Amino acid sequence: MTIENVTPDLASEGTGVAGSPHPLPSRDTCEKVLEKMLLVRRFEERAGEMYAKAKIGGFLHLCIGEEATIVGATQALRDTDYLMSTYREHGQALARGTPSAEVMAELFGKATGCSGGRGGSMHLFDMKRRFLGGYGIVGGNLPLAAGVALASDYTGTDDATLCMFGDGATNQGTFGETMNFAALWSLPVVFMVINNQFGMGTALERHSAVTDLSQKSAGFGVPGARCDGMDLLDVHACVSTALEKARGDRVPQLVEAVTYRYRGHSMADPEEYRTKEEVEKWLGRDPIAAFSKRVVEEGVLGEEEVKRLDEDAMRAVDEAVKFADESPFPDLSSLYDDIYVIGDQVRRPYWSTDLRSPDTHRGEEERQAGEVAHELAELGSLHEPETDEQQREARARGEGG
Amino acid sequence: MPQMRYREALRLALREEMQADENVFLMGEDIGVFQGAFKVTQGLLQEFGEKRVRDTPISENTIVGMGVGAAMTGLRPVVEIMTVNFSLLALDQIVNCAASIRYMFGAQVSVPMVIRMPQGAGHQLGPTHSHSFEALYLHVPGLLVAVPSTAADAHGLLKAAIRDDNPVIFIEHETLYGRRGEVPENAEPINFGEAVVRREGSDVTIIGISRMAETALKGAEQLAAEHAIESEVIDPRTLRPLDLDTILESVRKTNRAVIVEEGWPHGGVGANMAALIQEQAFDWLDAPVARVAGGDVPMPYSKPLEQAAFPHEEHVVSAALSTFRDL
Repeated sequence: MTIENVTPDLASEGTGVAGSPHPLPSRDTCEKVLEKMLLVRRFEERAGEMYAKAKIGGFLHLCIGEEATIVGATQALRDTDYLMSTYREHGQALARGTPSAEVMAELFGKATGCSGGRGGSMHLFDMKRRFLGGYGIVGGNLPLAAGVALASDYTGTDDATLCMFGDGATNQGTFGETMNFAALWSLPVVFMVINNQFGMGTALERHSAVTDLSQKSAGFGVPGARCDGMDLLDVHACVSTALEKARGDRVPQLVEAVTYRYRGHSMADPEEYRTKEEVEKWLGRDPIAAFSKRVVEEGVLGEEEVKRLDEDAMRAVDEAVKFADESPFPDLSSLYDDIYVIGDQVRRPYWSTDLRSPDTHRGEEERQAGEVAHELAELGSLHEPETDEQQREARARGEGG
Repeated sequence: MPQMRYREALRLALREEMQADENVFLMGEDIGVFQGAFKVTQGLLQEFGEKRVRDTPISENTIVGMGVGAAMTGLRPVVEIMTVNFSLLALDQIVNCAASIRYMFGAQVSVPMVIRMPQGAGHQLGPTHSHSFEALYLHVPGLLVAVPSTAADAHGLLKAAIRDDNPVIFIEHETLYGRRGEVPENAEPINFGEAVVRREGSDVTIIGISRMAETALKGAEQLAAEHAIESEVIDPRTLRPLDLDTILESVRKTNRAVIVEEGWPHGGVGANMAALIQEQAFDWLDAPVARVAGGDVPMPYSKPLEQAAFPHEEHVVSAALSTFRDL
């Protein structure tokens, strides 16, 4: 099957009507969603640059091309709803309202990052905005989302959970297991496949026997629908309907948004699995350009206003980079903090629960030592025992072995 | 003091904690209508209803993952995995999510959940239902690990586990479910990280993990009767946190240590504990720390083979005697 065939035929879905697109929302809404899409785009471009400058480590998965899918879907959520995503989730955090400075700081590994520098690009989190995380294991977030929906249902709230994952995740065991659970227990959850047509470097038709992914959940009792992931309004309409059914009727739903990522899987991707022509073709459907063109053509926003929004986005990203750059790295003495909740069972903030004795609470001593711990850690020798000389001195004082 | 079976003590703890906090709920395979594969949850569905005692499909990874999600957003799930080997299907959610989420998300969230599972050999269940994996879970920062060997500890530690805000791997033992023991009236939770000295002695310290605490005790009696060796037997009760203080105090008294576990020897609890003892009490040791572990094999089915593949008191005795050999 070719890429052409997986481009959704909107006429068959009833969410958008082919040839007569969804009407534009109010001016304010148009401005807001365009602002968000531009912020995501400009943020990702700068993140890529910062990665090239080695300001960002590890893997960096950019969502450029998927902005309509992200913003269209998150706009359908209430503030009290929960959102979960994958490791390609900078856009989701930004769309949910996490300040771009905190997201950039997290990518830089800084203490001011939205996960305190512990998670990095793949593990953003913002409890306050009910963005419950990026997850680095493909398909690993589906069971969690069903659990969150279970808690919402158990405590009698009206909250719903939107769980996003890629086309590759539909092949994981957790996909089938979670669909079954959600339907069996009537959970208020919407599963959203962001079908960017590649599971890393393996094309959809090479990794999934069924390429209409909206069909993959039906056998488990979760109805599916498909939308055009390059059309913000179509995504919004489809996810809104799904949320209504999940929330109101307690029938979990699957939504497939067909989209395309313009960049590689991560920055370390030579992109040998797709042709330049294919990328060009999808670039012609740029979701931001399409939406901008339409709002201008229909007289909702002026060209100048669109330009201003873009400049605002670039300015916000500049400020985010500045903030991230100037923020401190986490203190080395915090390395072992927050592994456990301190309470009755873990009574002191020790960094390792099994390296303790009455004589040498080594972790605590190092923490108390402050500067010494810093130096030791920088030497990469945090776990080295005391020196022979120190041990001899301790023995002479009658302490320890 | 009331006598009850280990499984009844667990059930009592579940019932008490469910009565005390309506956010505590149970989920697992066949825990409701079937009354539990080992009857730990017997009667709880009838008492608390389907909302709080949830039979699940056979989907271990998702059962645990849903528990994690529910725990992140306000509930206190107690998840039952039917047998310790099945928990391997959930290792992704246990390690990548339950143990890591608090840390990797900068302490914005916690995962107050308990994952209960029975382990151990002796029922001829072969290589997919009989292993002992406390060492696997001990390996993971972010988890707490309990290995109760008596009815009272099963009760008190489970209550503590349910009330705690950390993810707890709660390892029960299949052959202990029917064992009777005293559980005090209105017993309070038992704190993690507090070992118990089951038998006092001055000649050798024997540390028994999970069911092996019982085996260690039997070995100690044999050592006293046949060799005039008085052993001090310690049951750590939890491995994370570990009450190393009590162990070291004993070793400094006896100058000898034997660690008895049912799991595999390589990278086992004993390997780790022996390292800790020699790191922290080397000068007090009169002999190398001895380890008694299960056989380095997948658990065989055939009864004589199975019996040969996990430690018995005679192994404890010979390991203890080895620490008295001239060096």
